[in-house]
Amino acid sequence: MSQPQTTPPDPLTAGAAAYEDAQGDLVQTLAPDGSVTRPGALPDVPTRLHLYRQMRRVRHFDERAWVLYRTGRMGVFPPYGGMEASQVGTAAALTHDDWLFPTYRDTGAALTYGLPIPQTLAYWRTSPHGWAMPQDLKILPFYIPIATQYPHAVGAALAERRRGTANVAMAYIGDGGSSEGDFHEALNFAGALDAPCVFILQNNGWAISVPTRTQTRATNLSRRADGYGIPGVRVDGNDVLATYHVTSEAVRRARNGEGPTLIETVTYRIKPHTLADDPSRYRTDADNEGWDAKDPVTRLRAHLLAEGHLTEEADAALTREIEAEFEAALAVADAFPEPTPAEIVDHVFAEPTPGLRRQRAQLLAEEGA
Amino acid sequence: MTATPPTKTRTLTMVAAINDALALALERDPDVHIFGEDVGVMGGVFRATDGLQARFGQGRVFDTPLAEAGIVGMGIGMGLAGLKPVAEIQFAGFLYPALDQVLSHLGRYRHRTRSRYHLPMVIRAPYGGGVHTPEQHADSPEAILAHTPGVKVVIPSTPADAKGLLLAAIEDPDPVFFFEAIKLYRSVKEEVPDGYYTIPLGQARVVTEGDDVTVICYGGMVEVAQKAAEAARAHGIGVEVIDLRTLVPLDTDTILASVQKTGRVVIVTEAPRTGGFHSEISATIAEEAIEFLRAPIVRVTGFDAPYPPFTSIEDVYRPNPVRVAKAIRQVMAY
Repeated sequence: MSQPQTTPPDPLTAGAAAYEDAQGDLVQTLAPDGSVTRPGALPDVPTRLHLYRQMRRVRHFDERAWVLYRTGRMGVFPPYGGMEASQVGTAAALTHDDWLFPTYRDTGAALTYGLPIPQTLAYWRTSPHGWAMPQDLKILPFYIPIATQYPHAVGAALAERRRGTANVAMAYIGDGGSSEGDFHEALNFAGALDAPCVFILQNNGWAISVPTRTQTRATNLSRRADGYGIPGVRVDGNDVLATYHVTSEAVRRARNGEGPTLIETVTYRIKPHTLADDPSRYRTDADNEGWDAKDPVTRLRAHLLAEGHLTEEADAALTREIEAEFEAALAVADAFPEPTPAEIVDHVFAEPTPGLRRQRAQLLAEEGA
Repeated sequence: MTATPPTKTRTLTMVAAINDALALALERDPDVHIFGEDVGVMGGVFRATDGLQARFGQGRVFDTPLAEAGIVGMGIGMGLAGLKPVAEIQFAGFLYPALDQVLSHLGRYRHRTRSRYHLPMVIRAPYGGGVHTPEQHADSPEAILAHTPGVKVVIPSTPADAKGLLLAAIEDPDPVFFFEAIKLYRSVKEEVPDGYYTIPLGQARVVTEGDDVTVICYGGMVEVAQKAAEAARAHGIGVEVIDLRTLVPLDTDTILASVQKTGRVVIVTEAPRTGGFHSEISATIAEEAIEFLRAPIVRVTGFDAPYPPFTSIEDVYRPNPVRVAKAIRQVMAY
């Protein structure tokens, strides 16, 4: 694949080591046209159909979020359209006994893991109804600070191991986030303390306006794992069968007591940083060129149609099902009541301090006035 | 203290009382895990965790890589997953790399998940000066934490308090910073009750009673204030020394009751002056009890400069009994 990250940089400016890094091979199962490039890594047909359904569902959320934002019915939302394979293929490798630590751009991963759509909408509408994660899931609210979730995943993974379970913790980060200290401390802790973690590094080319080449001289981010003595895998992030394959393997290793893995999913953020962002200020059409042809949804669709696992009729029925699911969920989210001012000081401590009790009384008095 | 305080006692230093509390917590609750730099084999640079790894195993008491953000961040993950993490930061002045984890997450988890998750984590850190340490080993960053919503701040001043407050902090369902005055680790000994007991967070201790001046202090400043109070008493001035024990929750009732009695207030901390917790106490008294004041409140503090590691002038930066006694005379003379 020819991507901005893997295009060999000028050896005179980037250095020979970076040039060699750029030759690193991607794990890939499907070519962009949907033809199979690694037959041994294909999951079974029901799994392929499940991944396709999740990608369609997740893409629909992203597209509807855009429309809701334009009509004032959505808060600031970081879109992930084009990155569905990176998020669906990784999150689908978990069960609800495993932990998921998503960043703000990982709504697709959260939905795949099982976060209900109404709560997901509520979160991005800045409603407290989207803050309390469901009791039966082990997912945390989307992380706004960069990279801070990585050490949390190490701690949760270690706790599971202490309890004697085979459960794992998975955390997401972007190429920009991998410059933060917490990323490096977490990889080192996970290796040194043998924590059953799977670290997903979604290299999508941009940290708001800063391209990966400005972020780091490294061109193969999966090799950062070498510094911490853990395996690093580089995978075509627009190939859901490949991301599912390598993540399932990393999860299996972690469950088996074989330690943590770093997975770099090489993908691209086609859309803006958030729906309030204007990417024309910092990138050109040439930067985006070629990525539509690598679209993860059409790639798997072409494969399923060609192999006879999907028909146009079944695909149309799936579209109707996904649309109905979303509209029903939207109605639920629309019905969530607004918070009251006194909720500002709720849920700070199990027992409010005397100071918080006074402040709550003051808020209630002002509400009543 | 809890309903039936144990009657048997032992003479312990503060660091021995802390060690005793940690052992009891590990014994009582299998979820308690102790970790940090050098806490395992070595038993901590001050020996607060001495012997705990040998007794409870490397799974419960373990050394981590040297990275404070990693230690606190990993502890947050352990707490989310239901353990009771007790982390040691080797010196409070080394806490700063972990402040992102503290400010962004530790204090917010209950709030940002509407109590779906909470963090029953304790972070212990030796703090303060008076023992001639190198640079950055004597800082008093308690005001930063007290200003952070969602975390509690505990600072004991005696061995018996240290034990009971630490056990209460470990029992607490929310994150607690537990600052231990380095100066007090071995300089004071007292009778400490045997066995398990807790001292509730949020209850100040009246160290000495007096009618003329209220001296408010905590941690390493309590013995300094006591010496100044003794000197004042020799001159016929009755000084009430209040040891706050916890900054969050703050026992404003005890503070205000004393101010109403004496009408004169001196606040002593070794932290820098501007924006310190002493300012919060001062403002609270001004809001709630100004009509009882007979003199302006006087703060005795460090300076708006990094703590100096220069032995000969350290005791000028760090409030000493002479400076506190002078402040007591000042509020009496107004």
